[in-house]
Amino acid sequence: MNLALAPETLARWQFGITTVYHFLFVPLTISLAAITAGLETAWVRTGKEKYFHATKFWGKLFLINIAMGVVTGIVQEFQFGMNWSDYSRFVGDVFGAPLAMEALLAFFFESTFIGLWIFGWDKLPKKIHCACIWIVAVGTILSSYFILAANSWMQHPIGYTVDKATGKAQLTDIWAVLTQNTTLVVVFHTLTAAFLTGAAFVVGVSSFHLWRAKRRRIKGEELGEKQRRQLPAMLTSLRVGLVVAVIAGLGTAVSGDELGKVMFEQQPMKMAAAEALWETQSPAPFSVFAVGDVGKGHNSVEIEIPGLLSFLAHNNFSDAVPGINDIAAQEAALYGGDPEDYIPSIFMTFWGFRLMIGFGMTSFVAALIGLWTTRKKFWLAPEYRTAEGEIPRLMLTKTREMSPFFTKWSWRIGILTMGFPLIANSFGWIFTEMGRQPWAVYGLMKTGNAVSPGVSQGEVLTSMVVFTALYAVLAVVEVRLLVKYGTAGPDTDEKPPAKDPRLRMPSGGQPEDADKPMTFAY
Amino acid sequence: MHLHDFWFLLIAVLWTGYFFLEGFDFGIGVLTRLLARDRTERRVLINTIGPVWDGNEVWLITAAGATFAAFPDWYATLFSGFYLPLLAVLVCLIVRGVAFEYRHKRPGERWQRNWEHAIFWCSLLPAFLWGVAFADIVRGVPIGPDKNFSGDVLDLLGPYALLGGLFTLVLFTFHGAVFAALKTDGDIRHRARAQARWYGLAALALAVAFLAWTQAAYGNGRSLPATLVAVVALLAALALNRAGREGWAFALSGVTVVAVFATVFLALFPDVLPSSTDPAWSLTAAGSASSPYTLKIMTWVAGFATPLIVGYQAWTYWVFRKRISTRHIPAAH
Repeated sequence: MNLALAPETLARWQFGITTVYHFLFVPLTISLAAITAGLETAWVRTGKEKYFHATKFWGKLFLINIAMGVVTGIVQEFQFGMNWSDYSRFVGDVFGAPLAMEALLAFFFESTFIGLWIFGWDKLPKKIHCACIWIVAVGTILSSYFILAANSWMQHPIGYTVDKATGKAQLTDIWAVLTQNTTLVVVFHTLTAAFLTGAAFVVGVSSFHLWRAKRRRIKGEELGEKQRRQLPAMLTSLRVGLVVAVIAGLGTAVSGDELGKVMFEQQPMKMAAAEALWETQSPAPFSVFAVGDVGKGHNSVEIEIPGLLSFLAHNNFSDAVPGINDIAAQEAALYGGDPEDYIPSIFMTFWGFRLMIGFGMTSFVAALIGLWTTRKKFWLAPEYRTAEGEIPRLMLTKTREMSPFFTKWSWRIGILTMGFPLIANSFGWIFTEMGRQPWAVYGLMKTGNAVSPGVSQGEVLTSMVVFTALYAVLAVVEVRLLVKYGTAGPDTDEKPPAKDPRLRMPSGGQPEDADKPMTFAY
Repeated sequence: MHLHDFWFLLIAVLWTGYFFLEGFDFGIGVLTRLLARDRTERRVLINTIGPVWDGNEVWLITAAGATFAAFPDWYATLFSGFYLPLLAVLVCLIVRGVAFEYRHKRPGERWQRNWEHAIFWCSLLPAFLWGVAFADIVRGVPIGPDKNFSGDVLDLLGPYALLGGLFTLVLFTFHGAVFAALKTDGDIRHRARAQARWYGLAALALAVAFLAWTQAAYGNGRSLPATLVAVVALLAALALNRAGREGWAFALSGVTVVAVFATVFLALFPDVLPSSTDPAWSLTAAGSASSPYTLKIMTWVAGFATPLIVGYQAWTYWVFRKRISTRHIPAAH
């Protein structure tokens, strides 16, 4: 059989495609739910219309996005049984538990309360309506926690024994699975990255609107009525996005460093591969750029920062960091086979690691600059302060504004930055999953032994082609909808409910509203 | 009662809950072509399930997840064995979910019409395929000594399975029509009732055929009462629908769905997936269950979560209890 089309290869590709695709929507869903919830809370508490319009606007984009996240998530769950049945048999006792918990304790909340939130604007009292989106937001976070606990068990199995009679993994300590440091650090890292993603999205879309308005001002044109009324909601969104992006970006960096240390300990091969560190070195340098040759087991080109890798792994500049060749020999001695069998794709892990950090941190730095330059009052001469409802000038110091050229590019980068964390997330997952290879469950089960033995090449090929084609079409549809609604901006004609709906009306709403059209309908 | 028996029961409850809830969702989807006369009526129907379809679908996610956790072998064999039908179901559920959410997002005639077709076909096909799948589960499929499915897709499409598929399709359509009569107002409400009668009669004929076959070939003393309840409830639902007692008619069509799946699971037990190759290779509840420790933990979680879920989902139905008619549909696209 052609190896490129072997069921195992196809199943791997399918898992990669569907998972990366699913995870484009997940982080946006997690963070936009919370950001929307925050904005609605601000509206409920202050009654200011700009918060209402911002809530509605981001809520709409959030809903376009969550629809895709939900439906592509079903595939993720079914896929284990369909393509990876030997994996499922082996780990179900352990791995199934967090998945089932996710459905019972998190996903039900999300999916039920999202319906209440979408359709409940004229049915629920404001505060209860706002509570619904908070429940959705907490639900998405809990969801990610349980799923990441399951994934962390694949990265670092714990709290189990392998049953001698059946040869299957058996759970012995659920608490260990749910609270091991791999889980906790990964959750921290994934959630902060998710918030960086959503915040960058908010910054990007707000920047688009503000820069469009600013350009008209610079050209000396008057803003249209609609555009002028959209400004307050967009200005608030920009600041909210920047603050969240800075905090989340910082959190991503801190948690990423922490996760790196955990991985140096638990999966030294992954980290050596991330650095293309072929030989054990002390002190170990951090590689900025390398071109390696797996066959020869060394790099042909390399640019390094001395000692930095030792610091990343051990918090000092001198300790040894084990290299790929040593670890591979060690694992081969431990589990059998050739050392090469234990070396993941160095190209993908090395570059995946760098692209993850590069794109993620670019967004963080952009947000940091944005947060500083768009400040309203702090350390600004009075004549440079931005008036209420005005598009901020980008102020470098107390009295020094950014030059027109840099201003233009700063806004443009602000818009572009919304895509960066999505790229970083994808490479992060590609890095961490490919870096674990050849293992499906580290040290316990190889990916090659995890596939469904009974599923034919034709079946896997069919499902891969079907999913890839369907996902491609849906991606086009989704992006076009996001562009349509994103560029349209908040609908400022929309008025908040005039009076607070009450729950206990006979017809589910105000009695005189019996014939009124629904405020939202599919 | 052993923990694995209890978990068999719980999995049965989850699947049955899924079919009770998404059964009428599928029915509504099918009725957007059969009952609705124009776009506004189609939107009336879609909006009766608008706030709840997503929550209903989570019953499926939970049923699958709980099967994975409690009966890994059952999950592994079933999902890898029923590969192509499940692929079709997945594609339908993806397209259908997106269709609900995106249909109204653009005004174009072609855009809306395409998503409406998607809603119809992607409701019809899973309603049929789930019946096929569960008929196959009761009947048994080729399973080798290694617990893996050893047949091909044609083994899943025998006459009994196809009858099962047709039956669930018509039953869910009836369930959906009764739900539509309960949740809408105006002309469409009356037509829903009138149409429900015909779907109900067709479902009755199929119920008798499918349940009699099930009982004769795979049934036992436990499944017989459930079979009888299913038929009696369906008759009662028909009578109540005719009498215009919409709430009760819906309750009884719900009982029918529950009793049908109770029949299926009672006929199945203590197996979870019989082998048609050799009964010795059948997957049983005891043989494919997870360890007692895992089952115990999951029992605690399910015991805590399930009443809570039923509670807040019921509350959702109460919040959206108002009937919808064409005049409630906003004019905008």
